[in-house]
Amino acid sequence: MISDITIGQFMPGKSFVHKLDPRMKIILMTAIIIFVFLVKNLMSMGAMLGFVVLAVLFSRIPLRMYFKGLKAIWFLVFFTAILNMLYIKGEHIVWQYKAITIYEEALWQSGFIALRLVMIVIMSSMLTYTTSPTDLTSAIERLLAPLKLFRLPVHELAMMMTIALRFIPTLLEETEKIMNAQKARGADLESGGVIKRAKALIPILIPLFISSFRRAFELATAMDCRCYTGGNGRTRLNVLKYRFRDFFAFLLVGGLCAGIIYLNTLAPSLVR
Amino acid sequence: MENISITPDGGEVQISLRDVYYQYESTDESPPKEVLHGISLDVKKGEFVALLGHNGSGKSTIAKHMNAILLPSGGKVYVAGMDTANEELLTNIRRTVGMVFQNPDNQLVATIVEEDVAFGPENLGVPSDEMRKLVDDALKAVGMYEYRRHAPHKLSGGQKQRVAIAGIIAMRPKCIVFDEPTAMLDPRGRQEVMDAIDSLVKKLGITVVLITHYMDEAAKADRVIIINDGTLLMEGKPNEVFSHIDMLREHYLDVPQPTELAQYLRSMGYDIPEDVLTPEECARAILNAKNKL
Repeated sequence: MISDITIGQFMPGKSFVHKLDPRMKIILMTAIIIFVFLVKNLMSMGAMLGFVVLAVLFSRIPLRMYFKGLKAIWFLVFFTAILNMLYIKGEHIVWQYKAITIYEEALWQSGFIALRLVMIVIMSSMLTYTTSPTDLTSAIERLLAPLKLFRLPVHELAMMMTIALRFIPTLLEETEKIMNAQKARGADLESGGVIKRAKALIPILIPLFISSFRRAFELATAMDCRCYTGGNGRTRLNVLKYRFRDFFAFLLVGGLCAGIIYLNTLAPSLVR
Repeated sequence: MENISITPDGGEVQISLRDVYYQYESTDESPPKEVLHGISLDVKKGEFVALLGHNGSGKSTIAKHMNAILLPSGGKVYVAGMDTANEELLTNIRRTVGMVFQNPDNQLVATIVEEDVAFGPENLGVPSDEMRKLVDDALKAVGMYEYRRHAPHKLSGGQKQRVAIAGIIAMRPKCIVFDEPTAMLDPRGRQEVMDAIDSLVKKLGITVVLITHYMDEAAKADRVIIINDGTLLMEGKPNEVFSHIDMLREHYLDVPQPTELAQYLRSMGYDIPEDVLTPEECARAILNAKNKL
């Protein structure tokens, strides 16, 4: 039912990837995603693919979880690949039928784009699979801290994220209760067209909104009682610390990036 | 903090309400409504006080005055000698008097139990290495230490409320005000929370003000104060107060069931004392009466 929806796809574990500092993970994943786009020929693609496969193995997350993540973008991958195949012009014709001409260059291009998308999704799912929402939030807070200079309310944003994560399951549970209460009074939520079903949601949304506001007020009072006055002067229970393995991972990804730049120069580029 | 008052019997006063009036501001629909009409009461250090009253009697409003969530429209409230109307003392007042509310869900901030307990100390700027001990001690005090890495939404109501209590204990307050902490819990959760409150008073020496409408919970207090329509109706030891059955009934308050049974048996002519509070006391009294027959 509704409460089966998992928020944040965190899967607890003790792998090397799990144990990395969340800040380092975010930085490295970003670097990898950028370099996925810089992969230009078969050699650098091979290096990148090899790295992603190794990372997947080292994360010790079941492969089916990655496939689950890919399912959502399967159509997008397919669609962009087809479009690229049809629209990109080149010199070597592979296949021709009436108005459709497919060039060799187009095949390379669409293959690369499909693989890039797949790798991006795999790497970003890896980040959410191996990092708890709490770690993710505090890492984001720490990484964005320099933006405080530009008056960006970094602490407040992180606090909002934490509270949102905390209340999503609570509000889902409440939604289910309200739905059951309205069903018990004869509300019909399942039949009828789109408009009728949207209208049937109103008696669920209104009580949900009212109670959310009440919760918000009560939470604000409770936070006041616990001396919350914003981010200034706050300390943290769990302080993030870089360890040896973080530097190791940094060197590894750094090496990969340098390698890709080097390999790109060895053979002509297959993509534009 | 220079003017800490001392009661006639030498006890130190933790919270003091002096002739407190409070009225809710008028809104479009309703005129201003006065809900407290001159309340004066003292809570002594280390005392366990229960505040009783039916819905709308003003007992929660009184609670909210005890750590400056509400400020009196008339009169004064002092917390350990600090005037709650003085905004500069606000943080000090709130770390002296903590507050636990009715709905445990709406008090928990973080997605992990120990992070939530750490929220108060984090706000106070406690250094990280000292914080670990504060959090662990607080969780152990309410018996939730094994659950420190759990997500709050997976806990039962009683467990959540105990985590909320731990979140307050971690700030090391001198006094905790409980605003109907068991009203939304099942019997088992109620028992867990009442046991936790009991151990606060006995083991940690924290002053407790318990606002409730469950008579059996109030029976455990050192002193019971009954509030009716914004005034103080009665005050005394639980057995004294609950012996006034007729008066309590008149104000739509129940007496604890054992007391009611004892009174009933007494009215039928059995020799049973009228200040019976707990089921055990009641059973003993009935046994005694039977032996005398």
